[in-house]
Amino acid sequence: MLSLNQVSKRFGGLTVLQDVSFDVPAGSVFGLIGPNGAGKTTVFNLITGLLAPSGGSIALEGRSLVGVKPHQITRLGLARTFQNIRIFKEMTLLENVIVGMHAHLDYSVPGWLFALPGFRARERQAREKALELLSWVGLSAKAGDIADNLSYGDQRKLELARALATEPKLLLLDEPVAGMNTGEKVELMAQISQIAKRGYTIFMIEHDMRFVMGLCERIAVLNFGRIIAEGSPDEIKRNPDVIEAYLGREDDDVGAAANPA
Amino acid sequence: MDSLDNFWQIYSNLVLTIGINALLALSIWLTLSCGLLAMANAAFMGIGAYTASVLTMSAGAPFPVALAGGMAAPTVVALLIGGPTLRLSGVYLAMATLGFGEVVRVLILNAESLTGGALGLNGIPQLTQWWHVAAALAITLWALWRLRRSRIGRAFEAIKEDAVAASLMGIGVMAHKMLAFALGAAIAGLAGALNAHLTFFIGPSEFGFDRGVDILTMAILGGTSGLTGPVLGALIITVLPELLRGLKDFRTMTNGAILVLIVLFLPKGLWDPLRMRQWFGRGAR
Repeated sequence: MLSLNQVSKRFGGLTVLQDVSFDVPAGSVFGLIGPNGAGKTTVFNLITGLLAPSGGSIALEGRSLVGVKPHQITRLGLARTFQNIRIFKEMTLLENVIVGMHAHLDYSVPGWLFALPGFRARERQAREKALELLSWVGLSAKAGDIADNLSYGDQRKLELARALATEPKLLLLDEPVAGMNTGEKVELMAQISQIAKRGYTIFMIEHDMRFVMGLCERIAVLNFGRIIAEGSPDEIKRNPDVIEAYLGREDDDVGAAANPA
Repeated sequence: MDSLDNFWQIYSNLVLTIGINALLALSIWLTLSCGLLAMANAAFMGIGAYTASVLTMSAGAPFPVALAGGMAAPTVVALLIGGPTLRLSGVYLAMATLGFGEVVRVLILNAESLTGGALGLNGIPQLTQWWHVAAALAITLWALWRLRRSRIGRAFEAIKEDAVAASLMGIGVMAHKMLAFALGAAIAGLAGALNAHLTFFIGPSEFGFDRGVDILTMAILGGTSGLTGPVLGALIITVLPELLRGLKDFRTMTNGAILVLIVLFLPKGLWDPLRMRQWFGRGAR
């Protein structure tokens, strides 16, 4: 579904990504892991068009995404959430989700200007759909609340519902459980696997190993801007390069980066 | 009825000015609602006023044509300057649009054959009837009220809160900013055209920095969370100096002090539904 081929990104003299290639198969749950600063979020920013790659190609279902504007990429069927939550804080939950349906509300100018039946029907459908999406993440009871009043975990779930509202084929999740407690993580894990079962392809960046290993069918590991391993969760767990990236080598006299899991 | 006639004879100009100022406040509210601090509305008003006046005076065009021209000209200009300027945000956009306003003022000043230069245009036919202003305000309010409840209004709101997140919701950010800017210009132009045919005279100094700040003050003072705020702000800014007429020398000072106090203690403007709910909700309990 999504394929990256030899993608690199440089900021001035700093090479953040070097020859990154992988494929996210349709219908799968794909994970991208790696230590802090490995360049994972940059990968998402390149895919969603917020940054332009310095080299290489990115394609969604064979269509190149390089040079395409972010809102057009969204309309091609790609949605994302953010590591540092970006919901519309002053809107209600329902309004947040309906904003996600922007491109699909295809009523005319006279339609909204005079509140014609077509407009009313589309708006009513949008509200019903938004309520349904909120129920997928367990937030339908709070639909009328102002988003800013939500807990951190609920804000992440709202962002997920809002991303689903754009009717994506591929959903990118940037650290979906960051800052959540164990109970919230378990709940979200169940919700995400439910969403995957509905036919969405999911591509996530995550630090929480239990979460990634439990959800993903395939995992790629990014370290210092390069893919160092790709495979099933079991293969990744046993891969010596991955263990080294996360735990350091045995003969290192100073303990390297702590295990984020 | 006599007293009403009397009132109208004395105050009709003031009442119609309230309506025109409400249109101006709504024109800047539109760009503010899209997160744009654009200060070009006074210039757009000027372009509308001059275009309409030249149409009625020199070309002999009927009033509706002049009004349409007064709306179309600033819209076209907005579409032209929107491309480069709307990429800016915050105070940078304010600076660029203020600069544009200055350019417009100087152009009006120097295009003497058309605009009368510094002397302005005199003897503009007084074609604006009270119902013209009332209808313009009613139609504008209706259109903006409907717009707010459509996907376009929600897109404006989303762009104001977080333009990056909005673009990833499939919203064309630049196109929507352009729409808000151009519609605001059309409304400001309409206000200018109506005002010119109410006051006999227009001059280049009317559409400068002071007017721009006045327009912004009306919207901010009234509150930008809805349509009521700008109208309320326009009412207060227009009427307050008249009410304070008795204070003679202290008039402008008191006027300024009141505005400062309102902004200081009600930073979200006079009309803030959230705060009112808090106040009156608590009072009822």
